[in-house]
Parts: sequence; structure tokens; C-alpha cells
Amino acid sequence: MSLVTVFTQLMGGMGITVAIFLLTLLFSMPLGMLVVLLRMSANKVVSAIMMVYISIMRGTPLMLQIIVIYFAPYYVFHINISSSYRFIAVIIAFSLNYAAYFAEIYRSGFKSVPHGQYEAANVLGYNRSQTFFHIILPQVIKRVLPPVTNEVITLVKDTSLAFAIATAEMFTIAKQISAKEASLMPLMAAGLFYYIFNALVAWGCAWIEKKYDYYRI
Amino acid sequence: MNHIKKSFDGVGVISDISLSVNEGEVLSIIGPSGSGKSTLLRCATMLERMDGGDLVYLGRYAAREEDGRCVYASQQDLKEIKRNIGLVFQNFNLFPHYSVLKNIVAPQLIAGKTKENAESRAMELLKSLGLTDHRDKYPCQLSGGQQQRVSIARALALDPQILFFDEPTSALDPELTAEVLRVIKELASQHMTMVIVTHEMEFARELSDWIIFMENGYIQAEGTPKDLFSTDNARVQSFVGKLRA
Repeated sequence: MSLVTVFTQLMGGMGITVAIFLLTLLFSMPLGMLVVLLRMSANKVVSAIMMVYISIMRGTPLMLQIIVIYFAPYYVFHINISSSYRFIAVIIAFSLNYAAYFAEIYRSGFKSVPHGQYEAANVLGYNRSQTFFHIILPQVIKRVLPPVTNEVITLVKDTSLAFAIATAEMFTIAKQISAKEASLMPLMAAGLFYYIFNALVAWGCAWIEKKYDYYRI
Repeated sequence: MNHIKKSFDGVGVISDISLSVNEGEVLSIIGPSGSGKSTLLRCATMLERMDGGDLVYLGRYAAREEDGRCVYASQQDLKEIKRNIGLVFQNFNLFPHYSVLKNIVAPQLIAGKTKENAESRAMELLKSLGLTDHRDKYPCQLSGGQQQRVSIARALALDPQILFFDEPTSALDPELTAEVLRVIKELASQHMTMVIVTHEMEFARELSDWIIFMENGYIQAEGTPKDLFSTDNARVQSFVGKLRA
């Protein structure tokens, strides 16, 4: 069994893995922003709800969250689960989970912008949304890039957790082939795939970070 | 400002202070750290809400005391009143992600000026403050004195009727301090109305039309520089004397 044949067999799974990765980022990054804004809101009830949400997402295993979200419609509401829901459940679980982590990263970014920036904007006539979009957000983005990179790299590897509900992502397939052929090769190939994927992610993030290097805070 | 009061968590910081500044005058506020000088300035520039008292700019009430409570004008009125006010911070608070030029241009665009007008005004200010060569640099590439001059330019670009300074040289070494004080003196000679919180006694004496000495949230003494510096008030004497020694 050559590496090339293994890779060919894994191809379909790679597509699913990349899809989980991209869709999760697409939904969780903006959702995390919404969560952090609610978390920092002056309304104590809203803020408390967000703290509970973040605490649950961070305090329980992602694998458990995936399983619960997949089976909840049937066990709780007695709705029959269609096979297409499997992939949707994975995306929902990943997005909710990663939104919580991103929210906390964003929060550290917001906290690190000096209060004087808000005050300067205020006396210069910026309204709240102008202050947020023109002054604060660009600085937050620069500050959170390194921890966000870290989180995105973790996400690449976490996609393998989708195997918990038998999603046909790459790792699930690699395990099946490995068991059938009694060979470590498919798992090695999977490892190589994750490594290359992450090298690209790290390179991309470093490029973005460099673009923000033109000023110091 | 009439009968201004402000407390934080029940601790009184400013108790019943009244002051006024006439057009073209320079008012300096001196006094020991923790005396409430900065808080007073922050109330005047509406960064802090007062607990009591009236705040009036050019005959318009920004806040007035009614039944023992301080009632602020509507958002729209406050926005218009705030257009008359400029503030220069102790630690500059320039926008680090904007170039020097953009720091001065961007707030003008927010105020509704056209890009051409904003840029020509900015260039004019940069020229008069000797910063033309630095216009494409970022704040992190400038010395403290240069940063403070940029922040003065940024405030002036909005054509305020009155400019507040909150210890504008306290973060600077003597050489850079002199550089910034020169700019403020130049503004005074152009009859810019200014309120300056400062620890630079000689500067305050030379420049001010009126000086207020604050301690423990009260005005302990006030007067023309001549009167205040030759006062027989022992507390003022000792404070002014220590700083000059």
C-alpha cells in the first residue's frame, strides 16, 4: 500500500475536514464577537448568561457537545434524525464551542486597549459605533492575532473529533482503512495531512500578523 | 462652572467648585496630586458626569442642577456643545494605528469636513508645529514631545473655542517639556482660550491670566499670578516654594 493510494482514498475525507474547518471559522469568529459584546454589556443579566454559556462550552468536552447536539433532536424532541443532519450537527457544535473560546480571546484584546483611546475618541466627536469600528476594533485585531492563530491551529486538529458521530471526515476514514489493512500507514498519512494543513494555516496567520506590523501599540 | 460636585463611590473628590474662563484667557489650575484637578478637568470636558452643579459653554447649558440633581442637556445639544471643546491628555492618547497625518485628518472627517479641507488644515498645523517631516510616521516612531505636539494639532484641527490641557508635560523630560510649553505659549499669544492643569509653576506664572490653587477638592486660593505667587497663604507659599526650589 503506497502513500499515494492512501492519500487517494483519504481524499473525500479531506474535503469534509476542510469544510468543517472553514465553516466553523466562518460562523464562530463573528459569533464570538457577538458573545463578547454581550458578555461585556452593561446589562448584568445578559452578561451573566454569556458567562454561563462560555463556562459550559469551556468546561465540558467538545466530543460530548457534538454527541449531545446530534442526538438531542431525537431524545428530547422525538424528531427523527436525517443523515444530512450529521454534518450540520458537527458544524453547530464546533461553531458554538469555538465562539466561546474566540469570545474570551477577543475580550483579552478589548481589555488591553487603554481607556484613553475611548476618551480621546469621545472628545474628538466620535460616536459609539465610530469609536468601535475606527479606533478600537483595528487595535483589538492586531492584539488578538497570535492567540487566534493558536486557536485556529487547534481547530484543524479538533476536526478529527467529528468521528464521534461517525462523520466521514478524514480521520474517521483513516482509522477504518488502518483497521482493515492492519497498517499504520493511513494514520501516518492523516498525521502528515494535518501537519501540512497547519503549516499553511500558520504561514497564512504569520502573513496577516506581518501586515499589522507597521505600528506598535 | 458653578458649584461643581463630584464623588466616586461616596468619596468626595470635588466639593462645590465654581470657576469661569473668558474668551482669550488662560486659566491654570495647580495643586498637589490627588487634589481633584484632573477630575475637575474631566468634568469640564464631560468625560465624567458631575453629581451637582452647572456647566455652561458660551451661554449654553451643558448641565444644570435641578432639585439637587445634575441634569445634562440632550445628546444632540451635548454633541454641539462638545464641538467647542478640545482636550490634550497627559499621555497623548494618539491613535497608534493611524499615521501622524491621519491622526489629525480622521477626526475632521468624522466632524463632516471634506478630505481636501481636512488635509490642508492638517498640513497647515503640522507646518506651524514643525512636524511636516513626520507626517507619514506612526506615533510609536515619535518622541514624547513630538507625540504631544501632534495631539495638540489633532485638537486644534477641530477649531475648538476652548482648549483644555491635562498635565500636558508630566510624561516628558525637561527638554521635551520645553518643546511642548513653547507651543502652548505660542497659542496663548494668539489668544487661544485655554485651561491648563500643570505642575510647571514658572510656566503657569508667566502665561496665565488667572491661577487656581486646588487642594482636597476645594479652591484654596486663586488670583492673578502676581497675587498668588506673593500670597501670604502659608499652604500656597510652601507648595509654590517647594516646586521652585
